[in-house]
Amino acid sequence: MLSRVANSIYWMSRYLERAENVARFIDVNLHLSLDMPENYGEQWAPLVNISGDLDEFSRRYGEPTRENVMHFLTFDRENPNSILSCVRHARENARSVREIISSEMWEQANHFYLMVKGAAANQSSFENPHDFYTAVKMESHLFDGITEATMSHGEAWHFLQVGELLERADKTSRILDVKYFILLPDEQVLGATVDNIQWSALLKSASALEMYRKHAKQISPTRVAEFLLLNREFPRSVQSCLGRAAYSLHAITGSQRDAFSNVTEKRLGKLLAELNYTHIDEIIAGGLHEFLDSLQTRLNQIDDAIFESYFTLRPLTGISSTLTMEQ
Amino acid sequence: MPLNFKNYDTENFYDELIQPSGAPHPGARILVERIESLPDGEIIARQKAAEAAMYNMGITFTVYGSDEGTEKIFPFDIVPRIVEASDWEYIERGLKQRIHALNLFLDDIYHEQKILKDKVIPSDMILSASSFRPQCVGIDVPRGIWCHITGTDLVRDRDGQYYVLEDNLRCPSGVSYVLENRQVLKRTLPVAFEASRVRAVDNYPARLLETLQYLAPDNVSAPTVVVLTPGMYNSAYFEHSFLAQQMGVELVEGSDLVVMDGFVHMRTTHGFQRVDVIYRRIDDDFIDPQAFRADSVLGVPGLMEVYRNGRVALANAPGTGIADDKAVYAYLPQIVKYYLGEDMILPNVPTRICADEKEREYVLANLDKLVVKATNESGGYGMLVGPHSTKAQQVEFSELIRKNPRNYIAQPTLALSRAPVLVGDHFEGRHIDLRPYILYGRDIYVVPGGLTRVALKKGSLVVNSSQGGGSKDTWVLSQ
Repeated sequence: MLSRVANSIYWMSRYLERAENVARFIDVNLHLSLDMPENYGEQWAPLVNISGDLDEFSRRYGEPTRENVMHFLTFDRENPNSILSCVRHARENARSVREIISSEMWEQANHFYLMVKGAAANQSSFENPHDFYTAVKMESHLFDGITEATMSHGEAWHFLQVGELLERADKTSRILDVKYFILLPDEQVLGATVDNIQWSALLKSASALEMYRKHAKQISPTRVAEFLLLNREFPRSVQSCLGRAAYSLHAITGSQRDAFSNVTEKRLGKLLAELNYTHIDEIIAGGLHEFLDSLQTRLNQIDDAIFESYFTLRPLTGISSTLTMEQ
Repeated sequence: MPLNFKNYDTENFYDELIQPSGAPHPGARILVERIESLPDGEIIARQKAAEAAMYNMGITFTVYGSDEGTEKIFPFDIVPRIVEASDWEYIERGLKQRIHALNLFLDDIYHEQKILKDKVIPSDMILSASSFRPQCVGIDVPRGIWCHITGTDLVRDRDGQYYVLEDNLRCPSGVSYVLENRQVLKRTLPVAFEASRVRAVDNYPARLLETLQYLAPDNVSAPTVVVLTPGMYNSAYFEHSFLAQQMGVELVEGSDLVVMDGFVHMRTTHGFQRVDVIYRRIDDDFIDPQAFRADSVLGVPGLMEVYRNGRVALANAPGTGIADDKAVYAYLPQIVKYYLGEDMILPNVPTRICADEKEREYVLANLDKLVVKATNESGGYGMLVGPHSTKAQQVEFSELIRKNPRNYIAQPTLALSRAPVLVGDHFEGRHIDLRPYILYGRDIYVVPGGLTRVALKKGSLVVNSSQGGGSKDTWVLSQ
């Protein structure tokens, strides 16, 4: 398929996944603030931290109040990672590949965008923010379902999968990073009710609470980190996302799973092997934050590699084309 | 109030659905009866549902110069226009003859120029035209076909006679609306549609693909066809993407293509792949910066050289614009006679050429009655509608004509036919035209249907989408 088209499909699904995750962060934080003891204060700054936009936010908004953060992450057109911006970019990308995706997928991407745009124009949607963020999640799930059911699982679908899964792996790691950062340094709250509520909320924002409980009855920070990083069955864990992304990459090139044919497969294969053969205690011992930091850097390097391997193709300047260029 | 045609007034125009007596034309009887039998509010509800469907499907065109409302749906009216079988048979014959002659004309103009040497058309009329491309002289186009896809605009006068208003042989657009309007109408008025025995238009994409594949170089057994678009910000992008999707071929932008080792290739995730036929929706000017405008970033450098060597086919061929120049249009009866030895079946609107001194004087003396058009403008720009113009506009045009007579033609103001349009809670007549689409491949094929464009503003004669026009489905009856 065309490199440009593969690029657009990859970004279409990345942006949709990003919009969904931003909605998850905000929705869970809204719930959390209802359950917190009064003097604990609301925690909104970490949300901006997740997407790495704290500087930009402070410059334009100042205090990380609930209203400011919600607006910045939801409807701010200048924030490229706001839900509105993500859905707009996703839809523009979908529009440029309409002939590749199914018409149902396009209609859903269009519908998703029109829903968010309508909500942005009519700010009263914030009177019941939970309904809005739930709707964003559902629109994204609907897109995934339509994709699964209407698009051939060929090359274009694999690029779509890679975009979605890499984005999801990145966001799951960020959720863990931010919460860990806030929660663990404070020895006093460790093990207290508040702590339990926070960790439950963290799981909930990855839709992981029920699945986690089947896996480990007690909520403990180590087990939660293990579940979100290394669990092989939970579809939002980093291991699961990267495993399936690797499967799709190998389906695109046709190379063997335990070998590599380009730098993308090499980098992703290496990272996946490390996750496969690492115990959570080793990660904790080496510092969870340090581990997550390096994980995110390596995910970025994989994204760079995808761009190099598939999306930029330079003509080999053969003799005749050189002549043509000089005319 | 139930919707009906009881108070509908044809106001002395030819109406496509209703006769002056108030009764429907024979072919429209089923449709009119069906509409009148629907319960209160049903038609209005169906019109709204059809518009919502189009918005959700993103059947839109792009409006230049505005930020986010950049997409609008092409306004759409729920009442179809009906063309009776005998009328269609006449239109089809006329169009086939016309396209046949125009293609011979193009091939002659870019080779021996016999028609100029025989002084049927003044040489400088052709050679001075900006749409004449010296770069195309001597090119032997694949299968001898220049105009593979044509959209010809037809109008009807007060007496119901069809006239050709203009030919569009460059990159005529609108066919996607024909197909999508039909999809929507089939859902909206299924009973009347079935009972009226309407001819299908749905195989257009398959026909188009056949036409394009026919052009591939001889030694290619499974040709790779692509649609070349200026990109998603072009006003017709929806159509480009729609046609590529329906044909199952790649939609490419200029930057996706590269000339390498004497062939055109596209950049894919598995390396370079050779391209054999390009349905290009980019104007001549922008298609190859090495051959035409050097500042074009939309095109493919070196494309024309590959084309000249017969290693890629382009549809339509570059240079076809000369055939839809409005001054050439005026000579069409002579062109048909010259190449085919036949009289022209579908008449032109009588046209005066301002380059001719006698005709120019007549035009200047009658500016208040005539429609004046610039010869190489389209989309309703560069136009004076005499009866609707001010004195100042007439003075402006008389200066323009005197300064550059070659650039202008004039035609009488026709009383364009009308069709009923849903306006609020009732029907009103609005002026319309008809653009059928003609494919020229192995043979000449006229799609049984076409884009009926409506001037939605009351009394307006301008149907272009850029000037507030809308569209209707066109039902060509099979008997």
